[in-house]
Amino acid sequence: MASEPTGGLTEYIQHHLKHLTPHTSEGGFWAVHVDSVTVSLVLGLLFCLWFWLKARKATAGVPGKGQAFVEIVLEFVDGQVKDVFHGDRRVLGPLALTVFVWVFLMNAMDLLPVDLLPWITEKFGVGHFRAVPTADINMTFAMSLTVFALIIFYSFKAKGAGGYTHELFTAPFGKHPLLWIPNFALNLVELASKPVSLAMRLFGNMYAGELVFMLIAGLFSAGAGLAGWALYGAGIIGYTVWGIFHILIISIQAFIFMVLTIVYISMAHDHH
Amino acid sequence: MDFNATLIGEMISFAILIWFSVHFIWPHINKAIEDRQVKIAEGLNAAERAHAELKSADVKVAGEIKQARQQASEIIDKAQQQANQIIEKARAEAIAEINRLKASAQDDIASLAQRARDQLREQVGALAVQGASKIVQREVDASTHKALLDQLAAGL
Repeated sequence: MASEPTGGLTEYIQHHLKHLTPHTSEGGFWAVHVDSVTVSLVLGLLFCLWFWLKARKATAGVPGKGQAFVEIVLEFVDGQVKDVFHGDRRVLGPLALTVFVWVFLMNAMDLLPVDLLPWITEKFGVGHFRAVPTADINMTFAMSLTVFALIIFYSFKAKGAGGYTHELFTAPFGKHPLLWIPNFALNLVELASKPVSLAMRLFGNMYAGELVFMLIAGLFSAGAGLAGWALYGAGIIGYTVWGIFHILIISIQAFIFMVLTIVYISMAHDHH
Repeated sequence: MDFNATLIGEMISFAILIWFSVHFIWPHINKAIEDRQVKIAEGLNAAERAHAELKSADVKVAGEIKQARQQASEIIDKAQQQANQIIEKARAEAIAEINRLKASAQDDIASLAQRARDQLREQVGALAVQGASKIVQREVDASTHKALLDQLAAGL
């Protein structure tokens, strides 16, 4: 790294960690991360289109490979929902499927070369393009807050306004009026922890993964001469190994996000 | 950002990653897919086979029922024939018995009548001897006139 100043790598990473935002609103609250929104929308539409086409052409006979794959994914997700939630799965099942496949696809963007999409978008005059929506905390919080809204909705639906309010003030310690405030405080913390942990876990994992990719990519321009080529080779190996390992991480993170969504919503149905 | 060695390195790594996925990850997914296809195909086949078997069993059962019905009607026919034969035979035997009894009764009657006639004939002889001895006031030697008396009796 002697020939390349550390500033180069820092600058490289900082450049990569900048989201694509319209210049008029950069940095403010109304800054829209166009890259996250676009990639997540495209992937979401891709998922919908893919599964819709397979579902439309589904046969009751021997399925084609595409249909069999969709069926395997569907059965896997439905099995997870069935294990945790013992009720009407007509909403929770599709929700879990959407969460799982969508998060997986967004995570999978991490496997693309970290410079590929920015390089392409730059040809169209757009810099600062981050390909992984789930490495954007806005995206993960958007999903976890939607799940949070569903938790609240199903809590009210399953227990009624009175029942849920009653539970907020009397569980877990007891019914004594003196315990109302501690109960409520604890329940608020528990409720708030759900979307926060859900969003932060996914964001943290994907952000860290992206960062590691960038750090390894730094090796490609780290040196000159023989040492430089050695580092270049090490970069290729490291990038590949981390990529292979990352396949595991993106699957596990998508799975965890799905399972926790199921668990939280099925908990909202439980009476204390 | 310009096109540079960094992107090339990343693309090489990406190519290796794709190669790895194709060789070590996709086969597992593909196997799961093909296993599922095979399982479904086998299930459908088994169902179809069972359906066909049920159909053939139905046909067989229908045939057997038809055969059994036919056999039953044959048995009934035979039994009726046999019953008729038995009745015929019994009737014939009864008629024969009746005829036999009638004949023997007629024989009995005939022999009884014969015996009565013989006795009468003998008594007529005796009476005639008695009558004649009364008329001639003397003993008529039955032995001397036996021939005459017998002739008389035979003439009765």
